[in-house]
Amino acid sequence: MTDTATHLTGEKARIGAPSIAGFTEEGENLSPLNAAASPIGGDASKAHSHGGGAGIPDSSRAGRKTSYKLEDFPVLTGREEDFRFTPLKRMGGLHKNELTGVAPALTVEGANVSTLETVAMTDARVGSAGVPEDRISANAWKHAAEAKVVTIPANSTGEQVTLTYTGTSLEAAASHMVVIAEANSESVVVIDHVGSAVLAQNIEFDVRQGAKLTVISLQAWAEDAIHASSHLAKVGKDAHLKHVAVTYGGNLVRMTPSAHFEGEGGEVELFGLYFADAGQHLEHRLFVDHATENCKSNVLYKGALQGKDAHTVWVGDVLIRKEAKGTNSYEANRNLVLTEGARADSVPNLEIETGLIDGAGHASTTGRFDDEHLFYLMSRGIDEKTARRLVVRGFLNEIVQQIRVPEIEERLAETIERELAATDN
Amino acid sequence: MSTLEIKDLHVSIETEQGNKEILKGVSLVIKTGETHAIMGPNGSGKSTLASTIAGHPRYTVTSGSITLDGADVLEMSVDERARAGMFLAMQYPVEVPGVSMTNFLRTAKTAIDGVAPKLRTWTKDVKTAMEALKIDAEFASRNVNEGFSGGEKKRVEILQLELFKPKFAILDETDSGLDVDALKVVSEGVNRAQEQNEMGTLLITHYTRILRYIKPDFVHVFVDGKIAEQGGAELADRLEEEGYDRFLNVPA
Repeated sequence: MTDTATHLTGEKARIGAPSIAGFTEEGENLSPLNAAASPIGGDASKAHSHGGGAGIPDSSRAGRKTSYKLEDFPVLTGREEDFRFTPLKRMGGLHKNELTGVAPALTVEGANVSTLETVAMTDARVGSAGVPEDRISANAWKHAAEAKVVTIPANSTGEQVTLTYTGTSLEAAASHMVVIAEANSESVVVIDHVGSAVLAQNIEFDVRQGAKLTVISLQAWAEDAIHASSHLAKVGKDAHLKHVAVTYGGNLVRMTPSAHFEGEGGEVELFGLYFADAGQHLEHRLFVDHATENCKSNVLYKGALQGKDAHTVWVGDVLIRKEAKGTNSYEANRNLVLTEGARADSVPNLEIETGLIDGAGHASTTGRFDDEHLFYLMSRGIDEKTARRLVVRGFLNEIVQQIRVPEIEERLAETIERELAATDN
Repeated sequence: MSTLEIKDLHVSIETEQGNKEILKGVSLVIKTGETHAIMGPNGSGKSTLASTIAGHPRYTVTSGSITLDGADVLEMSVDERARAGMFLAMQYPVEVPGVSMTNFLRTAKTAIDGVAPKLRTWTKDVKTAMEALKIDAEFASRNVNEGFSGGEKKRVEILQLELFKPKFAILDETDSGLDVDALKVVSEGVNRAQEQNEMGTLLITHYTRILRYIKPDFVHVFVDGKIAEQGGAELADRLEEEGYDRFLNVPA
């Protein structure tokens, strides 16, 4: 990074860019502390305004290991940057054991033009859209007995397919799916998770040129489920991925959606809604990798928490690489803590390696719903139940309305009501 | 005509040092159409009276009564009090995340009236009231009080007062933190509500400044949890000149 300035000195003068101390045409002139020669330097040590940089090998998302092989990932201790919030003891062995249990059964509804195939993990399409970015994902890759491949044909429109995973066993299992949205197709894919399971899962999304794919992933598990899910998306030229993660079931859910741009003009929207009750750990770590020019990303996750030891984690990594000129990116996380004893962790990480972007921003807020809010609303004639619903519904609605599948919006409204009824008791 | 009657009210709060009595026997009768100013030094219990009438859970009534046309207000929940026709304009209105002003105003109006207001006239009423209080139209889409300045919050309290049309309004230091222009705008709002709805007003203030714009029929001086002196508007003028010293320096 440090040599950026050296390269650009001449060019800067030529363009006549405003001269700001410590800045170059391409952005901040970072400290020589992390020189590429240093063992912890180079790609693995880019500084960020929120800390990191010197001394922390894992401080840039660009330096994160990716591999299909489990052996390439060291055994987890829980101190790793991407596992520091995850209670490994509650992972059901997904990060270390052989995942030989029976994977949840998959059923399909509403497929008109799309096809569902069961293929071997050696099929060329497996691994075509993503590479595991952590050990659990690699473990799932190793142990998946087969892969499901959903293909939405080129130029088709209006397809809406629902894929339901129904878990019936608490033995640690692995599963793999590849969703291919062929060129210029337009479709909605709902992936629903219900029942009981201990599951490590990889889902690849290959969103090809000009395709518009909406993914709605519902983690609506029974309360004993443990779920680690990597969503790996490759977004082609002028393609559009809208990804909505909705998590409220399960004992522990750890989702890692990541999106990589493969061509200019791509757009990614990552939305999320989570509702954590007493004892639940719901974690969402997302990654948007801007590696090509003129792509756009927008991230908004909203969560509500209630009850003792309800814990949510949101980490949003957005990386705008040097070559990603013209990027427009925004990410935000908002949490509403409804009762005492719940904890929301929220970490937005924005790394920008070029100054030639349209915009980049991040935001995070965590607010409490407390007795004073209740008193205020009730002092205006609104009864207690309505007041609580008003706040939570209003808060979460911003995400719910992104779904645009009436059955699911209804189901979510009912779920929110049910969750709130639990608070009333 | 309605009557709000407070009789020998004793109120305590829990503190780390145990129970502390704040109100030590307050009696007051307010009729619709009347404006009562409650004045007094800091810590005399003025705001405690306001919050107790509204039903804030922090305050415990140990004896005495509050009745609205004979109905026991102390038996009512906070929302029931509002629906019975009482309104507290708060000293420190809280920010409510996730709820837009538009949604909040409409939900509250529906709760208070028992029926949803007709959308068309309601939208117009809100717009008119906002304009009169010089509240930017953009506030309607923002969350309740979120990011509003102190003065903006107070205007929004009076906006609600005008829209909800209560029988009795308690204004808890609505004048604090307002500059002269805002004070005038807010006072005009209170006066409009009073003219239009025959509202009874309990105006709690530390300063006489607001009484230039809102004329009280009665002035009560609060000292140490009790009413120390009562009179007409002229009492306020006297306080303006003399301050509260003569009440505080009374030998025990």
